[in-house]
Amino acid sequence: MTTMTIAKAINEGLRATLSNNPKSLLMGEDIGPLGGVYRVTDGLIGEFGADRVVDTPLAESGIIGTAIGLALRGYLPVAEIQFDGFVFPGFNQITTQLAKMHSRSNGNLTVPVVIRIPYGGGIGSIEHHSESPEALFAHTPGLRIITPSNPHDAYWMIQQAVNCQDPVIFFEPKRRYWLKGEVDTESAGPAEDPFKAQVVREGTDATVVVYGPLVPVALAAANAAAEDGRSIEVIDLRSISPIDFDAIEASVKKTGRLIVAHEAPTFGGIGGEIAARISERAFHSLEAPVIRVGGFHMPYPVAKVEEDYLPDIDRILEALDRAFAY
Amino acid sequence: MGATHLPSTEFDGTELDDQLEAQAEAALGVPSTEMVQLLGPDGTLGTDSVFSEYAERLDAEKLRGFYADMAAIRRFDQEATALQRQGQLALWVPLTGQEAAQIGSGRASQPQDYIFPTYREHGVALTRNVDLAELLKQFRGVSNGGWNPKDTNFHLYTLVLAAQTPHAVGYAMGIQRDQRLAAAKGVGSDQGADGPAEPKAAVMVYFGDGASSEGDVHESMVFASSYDAPVVFFCQNNHWAISVPTAVQTRIPLSNRAKGYGFPGIRVDGNDVVAVHAVTEWALEHARQGNGPVLIEAFTYRVGAHTTADDPTKYRESSEEALWREKDPLDRLEKYLRAEGMADEAFFAQVAADGDELAAYIRKSTYESDAPDIRTAFANTYVEAHPLVAEELAWFEEYSAGFAGGDEGEGAGR
Ligand SMILES: Cc1ncc(C[n+]2csc(CCOP(=O)(O)OP(=O)(O)O)c2C)c(N)n1
Ligand SMILES: [Mg+2]
Repeated sequence: MTTMTIAKAINEGLRATLSNNPKSLLMGEDIGPLGGVYRVTDGLIGEFGADRVVDTPLAESGIIGTAIGLALRGYLPVAEIQFDGFVFPGFNQITTQLAKMHSRSNGNLTVPVVIRIPYGGGIGSIEHHSESPEALFAHTPGLRIITPSNPHDAYWMIQQAVNCQDPVIFFEPKRRYWLKGEVDTESAGPAEDPFKAQVVREGTDATVVVYGPLVPVALAAANAAAEDGRSIEVIDLRSISPIDFDAIEASVKKTGRLIVAHEAPTFGGIGGEIAARISERAFHSLEAPVIRVGGFHMPYPVAKVEEDYLPDIDRILEALDRAFAY
Repeated sequence: MGATHLPSTEFDGTELDDQLEAQAEAALGVPSTEMVQLLGPDGTLGTDSVFSEYAERLDAEKLRGFYADMAAIRRFDQEATALQRQGQLALWVPLTGQEAAQIGSGRASQPQDYIFPTYREHGVALTRNVDLAELLKQFRGVSNGGWNPKDTNFHLYTLVLAAQTPHAVGYAMGIQRDQRLAAAKGVGSDQGADGPAEPKAAVMVYFGDGASSEGDVHESMVFASSYDAPVVFFCQNNHWAISVPTAVQTRIPLSNRAKGYGFPGIRVDGNDVVAVHAVTEWALEHARQGNGPVLIEAFTYRVGAHTTADDPTKYRESSEEALWREKDPLDRLEKYLRAEGMADEAFFAQVAADGDELAAYIRKSTYESDAPDIRTAFANTYVEAHPLVAEELAWFEEYSAGFAGGDEGEGAGR
């Protein structure tokens, strides 16, 4: 066990990937000597050279598009998009090309591209640097979307993403880059399936489903609720596509109440999808409607008011109150 | 000419300009704005200081082969159009007029090269030994590409304009890495311990004059230039993007754009199969040898409609079409072959008979090409097991089974 931050854990995961698989390579803007704007690729160009850690021209469609071409040639590209709000120049390549290549080739071609995207707010940044666009990708068949919430998952899930034969979007909770935790780098391989959710706190009265940056928030809310005598189960979704509905269903059948929280706007979001599926699967177990906590239907607001926008402990507690009062 | 790198420190525009001009001239012997033509519309062979040498390597058999290919693909095009009219295809994208651009370039490629087409490159498909019946499946709505690109190194058609251009550059970056990995291991070189060297490969990507305006073309050219990627950009300027003339896409010859990226650009008479072949052979070899990308602009014309759903009378004069028919790629080669005594009546009769045979084969295989089972779409969305797909498939099976007992006809189809 080693203690490290999420940023360092991804860095170590990428280092392990580059060491273990000669066909893997990293590409993106400023990922070379600078080590990326968040230093996630720090030191890697020195170790693996410019053929494996590629500073690209400043062009997101070009980055994703050339990554697809490299994958077609048998490589395992890990592309970094510098910030969530800047993935859109590459959106066409991701949704019309990357997501469909295996299907449209009748299964003949695979494009195991990984796209790393730092996402989410809470860092007081300027516009386009705090967004959560995961639902736009989750709506696209052919893609897988995962997001770690802690260093151990970060270390292993990035490696699992590279080993997955499907394209994977790896959302990194940027405000948690400096969150520290224990990482078991020794084990021969991760025991946890990256596409399965994990119960990170057990409870009996209500279930809170979160992922990425909101996991610590939900845990804190569960602690606060415990003081009021409410036992809250917290599920870290980990995978946004596919979603581990079995895990949520099992929890809800035990607790009878479900809150889903994410930073992204609630409308058309992951929370709505979970609410719909769980109402189909566990209707008779529900004591209250599934309640969503998330961003408002507005462009991500300016930094000075982002605290009013982002789901926090109180927003989750308020939703729990509503669920218990129903 | 070696790969000339842009000045990395002080950027001197004039110097760069001169340098690139010199580079283009040194490489090609022609300023990049001139059009390379060898076989003129009247069927006489002209000369070119750089490319005549390539034409001289073409013997009578090769030239007859070009003619046979062009005639075959034109015949195929007519048959596919007819199949669309009969309701056998949802849509057809005719290539008539562009046979020389496609056969000339395709025949210049080697098996180890990888080709990314757009959606009109039926002639290139023929040169890559793609089963032409497979090609029609996309237009029949039974597949998004019936062939396995790994068998022919001919990629699927891409319908999102220009989206395949960065794939080509990425693929070329992969070729570069393969070579460097092999070199590091001591294989692939002439002294390699593991037998003879792998032949060097390049990538060629096709796109249109309309698609040249897409950002992906720009980004691809930037990437290709920055990494000296072994890729040939082959632009078929057929003068129209559906109803919009090339003048709306560009005010300079498209080939001139290469200069801005720092690699050679050549405009070639796209209706001259000899010149297209020569220029493409040069460009692919240039790329294979590690000298970086090349842009070829094949100056040609889409004689027919954009697709079977299009009506060119709404946007262009038939006199323009007539003008281009006089530059027909097949006619001029036929004239040349006859004048040189390289082909006799029997040859042309055989070509026509082969065309009929191809048409019959295409008709038959299209009639026989049935809709796939939608279960294949469930199976191919992801490579690895996926719980949502599994759940929806299970539902679909149960739902379908519900029809099985009742109306036989309905149930059997599911
Ligand atoms: C991104 C995108 N936009 C629009 C279209 C619709 N579209 C199909 S073909 C075409 C014109 C393409 O012209 P050009 O690139 O010159 O190729 P050509 O059809 O002449 O071979 C258009 C606008 C498309 N397929 N993809
Ligand atoms: Mg065109």
